[in-house]
Amino acid sequence: MTSTTPGGSATREAAEALTGVETTARSVEEAAAEPLTGLTGAQSLVRSLEAVGVDVVFGIPGGAILPAYDPLFDSRVRHVLVRHEQGAGHAAQGYAQATGRVGVCMATSGPGATNLVTPLADAYMDSVPIVAITGQVPTAAIGTDAFQEADIRGITMPITKHNFLVTDAREIPQRIAEAFHLAATGRPGPVLVDIPKDVLQATTDFSWPPRLDLPGYKPTTRPHGKQVREAAALIAAARRPVLYVGGGVLKAQATAELAELVELTGAPVVTTLMARGAFPDSHPQNLGMPGMHGNVTAVTALQKADLIVTLGARFDDRVTGQLSTFAPNAKVVHADIDPAEIGKNRKADVPIVGDARETIAELLPALRAEHEAGRTPDLTAWWAQLDDWRTRYPLGYDWPEDGSLSPQYVIERLGAIAGPDAVYTSGVGQHQMWAAQFVRYEKPGTWLNSGGLGTMGYAVPAAMGAKYGCPDTTVWAIDGDGCFQMTNQELATCAIEGIPIKVAIINNGNLGMVRQWQTLFYEGRYSNTKLHPVDAEGRPKPVRIPDFVALAEALGCVGLRCESADDVDAVIEKAMAIDDAPVVIDFVVGADAQVWPMVAAGASNDDILAARGLRPVFGDGQV
Amino acid sequence: MSRHTLSVLVENKSGVLARVSALFSRRGFNIESLAVGPTENPDLSRMTIVADAESQPLEQITKQLNKLIEVIKIVELDSAAAVQRELLLVKVRAPMADRTQVLQTAELFRAHVVDVNTDTVTLEATGTPDKLQALLAVLAPLGIKEMAQSGTVALGRGPRSMSGAGTLRPVERTA
Repeated sequence: MTSTTPGGSATREAAEALTGVETTARSVEEAAAEPLTGLTGAQSLVRSLEAVGVDVVFGIPGGAILPAYDPLFDSRVRHVLVRHEQGAGHAAQGYAQATGRVGVCMATSGPGATNLVTPLADAYMDSVPIVAITGQVPTAAIGTDAFQEADIRGITMPITKHNFLVTDAREIPQRIAEAFHLAATGRPGPVLVDIPKDVLQATTDFSWPPRLDLPGYKPTTRPHGKQVREAAALIAAARRPVLYVGGGVLKAQATAELAELVELTGAPVVTTLMARGAFPDSHPQNLGMPGMHGNVTAVTALQKADLIVTLGARFDDRVTGQLSTFAPNAKVVHADIDPAEIGKNRKADVPIVGDARETIAELLPALRAEHEAGRTPDLTAWWAQLDDWRTRYPLGYDWPEDGSLSPQYVIERLGAIAGPDAVYTSGVGQHQMWAAQFVRYEKPGTWLNSGGLGTMGYAVPAAMGAKYGCPDTTVWAIDGDGCFQMTNQELATCAIEGIPIKVAIINNGNLGMVRQWQTLFYEGRYSNTKLHPVDAEGRPKPVRIPDFVALAEALGCVGLRCESADDVDAVIEKAMAIDDAPVVIDFVVGADAQVWPMVAAGASNDDILAARGLRPVFGDGQV
Repeated sequence: MSRHTLSVLVENKSGVLARVSALFSRRGFNIESLAVGPTENPDLSRMTIVADAESQPLEQITKQLNKLIEVIKIVELDSAAAVQRELLLVKVRAPMADRTQVLQTAELFRAHVVDVNTDTVTLEATGTPDKLQALLAVLAPLGIKEMAQSGTVALGRGPRSMSGAGTLRPVERTA
């Protein structure tokens, strides 16, 4: 290479490999560039971001990070100026989850950095690969309680996969390369790089690619052959198997292999909240979502299984319910890239540490060998039982008795009209559960939500990041009115930066999920869950605070409103027809709709209620 | 109660101790003692952690520790197959009338006198936690003015080492 810039094609290739899942130190070392001398740490940072293949950074400048924004001004890396750093973090998450690449956010020291704490914690819980770059006060001021100083490395230690404080400008390329490598490989996660202002201003050299120095980091991606064969033997012998599929299958881009495994085993599949879209909902072997608000068949299939084949899932409490009574008769095959997940909550009979794609790919021939040896299980009775439950306890909802609009109907129609090619994001609460239940997901990367941390306000900024990463895809944020009021300022960003997302506010005037629990467990004492103004009797006043249509328009979006079932399709289609501005639809729905089925917190999955007061009859002993 | 001694090789970088101690606190693991120091390799430090755990949580502890990027290797040291020592400094009231008894006790426990004045004697003793407890029990009636005790440091017995060739078997990274 004769070019002195590090952005040549070979470097670019290595950089792209670096942001992919199968990064190795070697692939980075294959390309080399002439070192540059006499540039600033800030220039070195921006060149590193270019070299690693970043196309967009979501962020807000401020004092300590200011030097970085000067070379960024001339860079091919685009910067999206958000309105709150939390929005930058969730946008990076949405970008990462929709594209499969590392998302990047940037903030200044102190409050800028602490505003990233929520998205970092969110990305840590949901294993989303993002890199956060924060400015820090000058090295000499660290520890003096300087203006806008916060120990962001200390603060984020327990909520990042790793973090760095860069103390020497010469380290910048290496730390950036390491950050992207750590974020994208193994179990993905957030990595923070904190850079003091004087380090950004110092004079340094730049060469790419740097050597990665991570002697303690060796994720196991290749599964152990013996374990895989044992798993295959268990699958071949099981009479009531269930494939329990989690977000790891999406992170490993293992959906094609999963589809093959499902066909080969003939076994039912459940897809967790984080794995919606990993296997098509239209496939007859997909039972849907398990867990607290999973459907009766998915929850009960796990509960009655004799074998649970766990692929990139972690036996979260929202899935298992009361752990001691979860799937009491099931043997467990647990495949995960993170050894610490195996045996953490549920003992694994066959533990497999490895990448989900490699694990499933190796499981396929092992299982075929079992079949060729004549060990093919007969699942007829199991399917007869499952189909019986599916017929008797389908997902459904009642129309509100007060004649108000049904939120489930709105979400169901939105999914039907926008279709399986759209990307859907959600906040956290009732609308999230309904969006997981009533939108039919067919493709990976089309359902983005805050699963582990449960971050209200995720939907709008995550949709912004997803839309930026997939500009030709329709992106819908399905949001609650409570969630929407936490992060809707990013609609201004969307309007100005030309990121035309669509937002469906499921506006029930309440913190709906909390209200549901107050209805069920606190005798209807609605303490602090009403968001709309009410009169002395608790009836809604005829005034909208906020008026979401007016708010949308104030933020540069098209605002629409829908209050009746007859208008739902038309208003969605109207929104679908607008592609030059963000659109917000205020769906005014009833306040008393509830999410069902439900396993109460801490209760056994055996005690699932299909609807309020309706306990399913499972026909025990038939299988 | 079940005590386990973990010898942990970590990168010699700032913040590693904070990461390890924060991990123990966040995950609700109990540390009985923790000692950090340099190793034969200047890039590495060795942490000796005595943790109080049943075997199941211990597996979680080692797996979570292994996830820390700067942790290189973890070995659980079995007390029978390892040398484990603590250091004790203890300032004992020792007026002339009691001084002989203090010095005899020190000799019995192979402790050294490291400071002396008219009122007190300061002893230095090394040994297993049990031995140091026994020494303290004998000294207590005489009047312990002040003491400082280190965490356990430990090395596996025999010719093998954690970082060199023929290393000890690390605690399984896989389940």
